[in-house]
Amino acid sequence: MRTVSNPLLVLKSLSKSWREFQIKDVNLEVRKGEYFVVMGPTGAGKTLLLQLIAGIHYPDSGKIILDDVDVTYLPPEKRSIGYVPQNYALFPHMFVKDNIGYGLRIRGYPKDKVEEETRELSTKLGINHLLERRVSTLSGGEQQRVALARALIIKPKILLLDEPLSALDPETGEEIREYIKEIRKILKFTAIHVTHDFVEAVDLGDRMAVMFNGEILQVGEPIEIINNPRNELIASFTGAKNLFKGKVIARRGELAEIDLGGVRIYAATRKLGEVMVAIRPENIIILLEKARISARNVLEGVIEDILEKPPYVSLKVDAGLPFTIYLTRNALEDLNLRVGRRVYLAFKASAISVF
Amino acid sequence: MRRVENLFLTFSILGSVIVFALLAPITIIFFMTNPIQIGEALMDLEILNALLTTFTAAAMATLSALIFGTPLAYVLARRDFAFKNLLESLMNVPLAIPHSVAGILVLLAYHSRSSIGEILSKIGIVIEDSFWGIVVAMLFVSAPIFISSTRSGFSMVDETFEHVARTLGAGHFKVFFTITLPLAFRSILSGAIVTWARAVSEVGALLIVAPYPKSIALLVIERFEAFGLPAAIPITALLLLIGIIVVLTLNYISMR
Repeated sequence: MRTVSNPLLVLKSLSKSWREFQIKDVNLEVRKGEYFVVMGPTGAGKTLLLQLIAGIHYPDSGKIILDDVDVTYLPPEKRSIGYVPQNYALFPHMFVKDNIGYGLRIRGYPKDKVEEETRELSTKLGINHLLERRVSTLSGGEQQRVALARALIIKPKILLLDEPLSALDPETGEEIREYIKEIRKILKFTAIHVTHDFVEAVDLGDRMAVMFNGEILQVGEPIEIINNPRNELIASFTGAKNLFKGKVIARRGELAEIDLGGVRIYAATRKLGEVMVAIRPENIIILLEKARISARNVLEGVIEDILEKPPYVSLKVDAGLPFTIYLTRNALEDLNLRVGRRVYLAFKASAISVF
Repeated sequence: MRRVENLFLTFSILGSVIVFALLAPITIIFFMTNPIQIGEALMDLEILNALLTTFTAAAMATLSALIFGTPLAYVLARRDFAFKNLLESLMNVPLAIPHSVAGILVLLAYHSRSSIGEILSKIGIVIEDSFWGIVVAMLFVSAPIFISSTRSGFSMVDETFEHVARTLGAGHFKVFFTITLPLAFRSILSGAIVTWARAVSEVGALLIVAPYPKSIALLVIERFEAFGLPAAIPITALLLLIGIIVVLTLNYISMR
């Protein structure tokens, strides 16, 4: 949904110092209808950035333009921004339906109107069955859905999601990713999604920004940034993370056989057709011999390079595809690994993210 | 394993000493009197009046603590400012001094010829030997309990709830009344009950600021001194019962 009109949200040289967190001269534009991911390691200032946009903190300098209006010093209640914090912060003293209806109730909507809109949105979001529940009885995934509904009911100009998947187990996380894509199609909202996980960035983001130490280092399409990080720093937490294109060629129940251009692996997924596959470097085990182990995938390869990356050592292995593996220094010495040595890479089907 | 068991055995024996020391007095009294005597105490006009004075004065002190202490507690919980720690410590001084001393301090500051007292008397508040004197003395010794209990209640409410509520369109006041206050309600309620009970139990400061109108704790002393131990028993039992009810109520609130 790219338009030639002004961007929906513009951040101009935004700076803020708050406790141990910092935002330094951030310039960013988010277009209407866009799903924008801000990715960076813990402590990069991602949450503070969202809180500045939401109006929870005011910047030390710089400007925030939302929908052509300068909202830099406008209080949060006047901004029309949906905010889903990391812990969801569902109000524990209210039922689910009262949580969702809060934004309308506070605006003085009549009771039956609140009820009607709550029901309508909940039906669209598939959480109708949760309405009469107490917040304390909800699972993590359910809390996430309710928090989304509560933020979306006020029809915010922009939705801010702070690490929305980090508190969930991997399966629920994947489920919620699909869920977010679904509800985006229905409600067509604009969102900024903050994460440290590049899988979320690639899977959900139309565009992404890489943030480090309060600064935006690179902005672009996720795949483009991950494949062509502008510098070593960006590469260190986005790039070279065993991200491959592939195609599901056969399935056995929960298990899919995926062809990554010559190399075949098995992954736990229900996806079909063209997919992206990511295997975290820390989830790959190095073996010297092709032993019988429980891991579904064992690939043969040759060590091409060994790089010191304290506290880890990073190995580049050519196994038909370029793999990156992280090891501790001790493990490297114990296994007596050298460049040119033949090794086996083992990883479980469940350690692979498919999207 | 065996050692641990020994530890709990030893500690339980030592612990029972203090359990006994505390429970004996509040049990034995009920063998020294009976419901009829306690009922008669409730018919005694002087006792009734003293009870009424004490309970209403304590209620006024608690109400004042609620109205002025709750906002203070919220500010202390949510904002940092210069000398905040010092202020908080000073607010607790009344808990750290003998209550006779507290009485003298209150009397000195607010008596009708003092500069503050002159202003107070213009709006009809004279503290010497008056109901308002009882209220002010009670407030001085009990409000610190309310403030610290309410402050910690507010601190326990995650600020993120307030942030979300604001993005959803609620201003500061609406957030306070729809989110923060309900979530801190239990702490505030138990703080208020303890404050009220502490006010009821005050003797020392009242003795100095306002021995009249007669409050119940002073009446107990008076009866004891004039007529001896037996004369003080029914009214003592009555006050003890009220204390037990307060404690059980607090327990119920915190269990819920």
